[in-house]
Amino acid sequence: MEVMVLLLALFVLSLFLGIELITKVPPTLHTPLMSGSNAISGITLVGALVAAGGGGSDTLVNVLGCVAVALATINVVGGFLVTNRMLAMFKKR
Amino acid sequence: MSAQLVNILYLVSAVLFVLGIKGLTKPKTAVRGNILSATGMLIAILVTLTDQQIVSHQYIITGMVIGAVIGATAALRVQMTGMPEMVALFNGFGGGASLGLATTTYLGTLGAAGITSDLVNPFGAGSQGTIALASIGLTVLIGGLTLTGSLVAFVKLREWVKNSYSLPGGPLANAILGLVALGAIVAICMEPGNATAFWVILGMALVIGLCLVFPIGGADMPVVISLLNSYSGIAAAFAGFILGNTVLIVSGSLVGASGIILTRIMCVAMNRSLVNVLFGRMGEGGETVDADEVYAGKVKSTSPEEVAMLLETAQRVVIVPGYGMAVAQAQHTVRELADVLEERGAEVEYAIHPVAGRMPGHMNVLLAEAEVDYDKLVEMEAINPTFEQTDVAIVIGANDVTNPMAREDKGSPIYGMPILHVDKAKTVVVVKRSLSPGFAGLPNPLFALNHSLMLFGDGKKAIHEVTQALKE
Repeated sequence: MEVMVLLLALFVLSLFLGIELITKVPPTLHTPLMSGSNAISGITLVGALVAAGGGGSDTLVNVLGCVAVALATINVVGGFLVTNRMLAMFKKR
Repeated sequence: MSAQLVNILYLVSAVLFVLGIKGLTKPKTAVRGNILSATGMLIAILVTLTDQQIVSHQYIITGMVIGAVIGATAALRVQMTGMPEMVALFNGFGGGASLGLATTTYLGTLGAAGITSDLVNPFGAGSQGTIALASIGLTVLIGGLTLTGSLVAFVKLREWVKNSYSLPGGPLANAILGLVALGAIVAICMEPGNATAFWVILGMALVIGLCLVFPIGGADMPVVISLLNSYSGIAAAFAGFILGNTVLIVSGSLVGASGIILTRIMCVAMNRSLVNVLFGRMGEGGETVDADEVYAGKVKSTSPEEVAMLLETAQRVVIVPGYGMAVAQAQHTVRELADVLEERGAEVEYAIHPVAGRMPGHMNVLLAEAEVDYDKLVEMEAINPTFEQTDVAIVIGANDVTNPMAREDKGSPIYGMPILHVDKAKTVVVVKRSLSPGFAGLPNPLFALNHSLMLFGDGKKAIHEVTQALKE
C-alpha cells in the first residue's frame, strides 16, 4: 500500500512537471512534440517485454505479448525517427 | 542486476525524457532533445532485457523485429502532408500496446495461478491485488478506446470515410457504455477470476473509441489527435501501476500532460469547450446565413497576371496558409513565390492560426519542409496587429480562420473564435477552388469585401502562375 501511495505521488508530480515543461514548447514545434511524445509513450515496450518473455505455455498470452512488443516498437522506432526527420528540417537555416 | 540498480537506471532514463522534452522548447536544441529521449528509451529497454522474469526470447525478438521494420519504413517514407495520419496511427499503436500488455498480464497471471480459489488473489494480497486489478481494468479501458478511436481518426484523415456518423443515443449512450465498463472493472476487482467481466471491459473500450470519434469531423481533428495523444500516455502510466514500474509512470504522465495541453490550446483557438467538440456539432444553434446574399454580385474574380501586378509594388506581403495548402501540396510553390517577392525587396511573413490544418503545428512542419525560416512563421497574436500595414494578404486554402463574422456577427455560430484579421490588409487575395464553405458550413464575407480578389483554381498551380507572371 505504501508503495502504491509513492507511485501515485510520482504520477501526480510527473503530470505537473509535464504541464510546466510543455507549456513552454512553441507552436512551431507542436507537431514534432506530438510525434516525439508518441515515441516516449512507446515506453510501454518495457512492460510488454516482461509480458512477452514470461515463458508461459498459453499461446494466446504469448501471441498477445508479441503483438504488444511489436506495436510498442513501432512507436519507439517510428516515433523517434520521424521526429528526428522533422526537426532536421527546422534546423536547416 | 539488482532491483536497486534497475530502478536507478530507470530514473536515469526518466530524467533523459524530461531533458528531451525540455530540448523541444527551442528549435535549436530540439534535435538534441530528441536524441536524449531516444537514449533514455534505449537505456530503459536494455535494463528491462536483463530482467530475470524474462525467460524466453523468441516472442520478444519476433515482436521487436516486426515493429522496428514497420516503424522505420513508416517514419522514413511518410510525407510531411501525411503527418496527421501517421501520428493518429501511432497514438493507436501506443494504446494498443498498453492494452496488449494489460491483457497479457491479466490472462498470464490467471493462467499461472491455475484454478483460482476465492481465498488467494493471484494479483497480490489485500489492497495490493485490488489496485493491480483496477490498474489492469483502467489500462484496458483507456488503451482500448485509444486504439479504436485512433484508427477511426486515421481513416477519417485519409478521407476513406468522409461523413460523420453520430450513433443513436449520442452522449448518453457513451455515458452508459462507460458506466458498464467501470462496473466491470469493479467486478474484476471483487472477483479476480471473473474473465467475463474482463472481456466486457475490453469490448466496451473498443466500442467507446468508435462512438467517440466517428461523429467528429475534419476540422476538429486537431483536438481529437491531441486528446488521443494524451490517452496513449495515460494508458502507459496506468500500465506502470500494474507492474509497479516507475519509468512507465513518469513517461506516461509526461505524454499525458503534453496531450492535455495541446488539447486545451486547440479548444481555445476554436473558442469551444472540449465537451462541445466531443459531443456537440459546429454550427448548431446559430442562425443560418444565406451564401447567395453574402456573395451576390460582390465577389471579384482575378487572374494570376493581375495578382502579380499587385505584388510588384507591394512592400509587405502576408501569406495565410490553411489545410487547402496541405491538400494541394503547395508549400514549395508558396516558398518560391516568397523568394521572388523577397528578391524584389518586399517583406514576407506567414500568419499561422493554431488550428490551421489537421493537427497542432501542421502548417509549421509543411513550411519547414519547404525550407521556410521558422522566424517568418508568425503566430496569430503577433501578426494580427500588422495586417493594417500589409499591402497584400494571400490566403491559400484557409477559410473559417479568416472569417470576419467570428469578430463581428454575434449571432454567428463561430462568434468569438479568434481569427486572423486578414480583412484589415490593403488588398486580400484568396486562392481557392470555389466559393464552397469551410468546415463550419458558413459563407465567408471576407470573399465579398471591396478589397478582396478571388483567384480560383488549384492552389499549387495558381501560385505557380503568379510566380511566373511576377518573374516576367
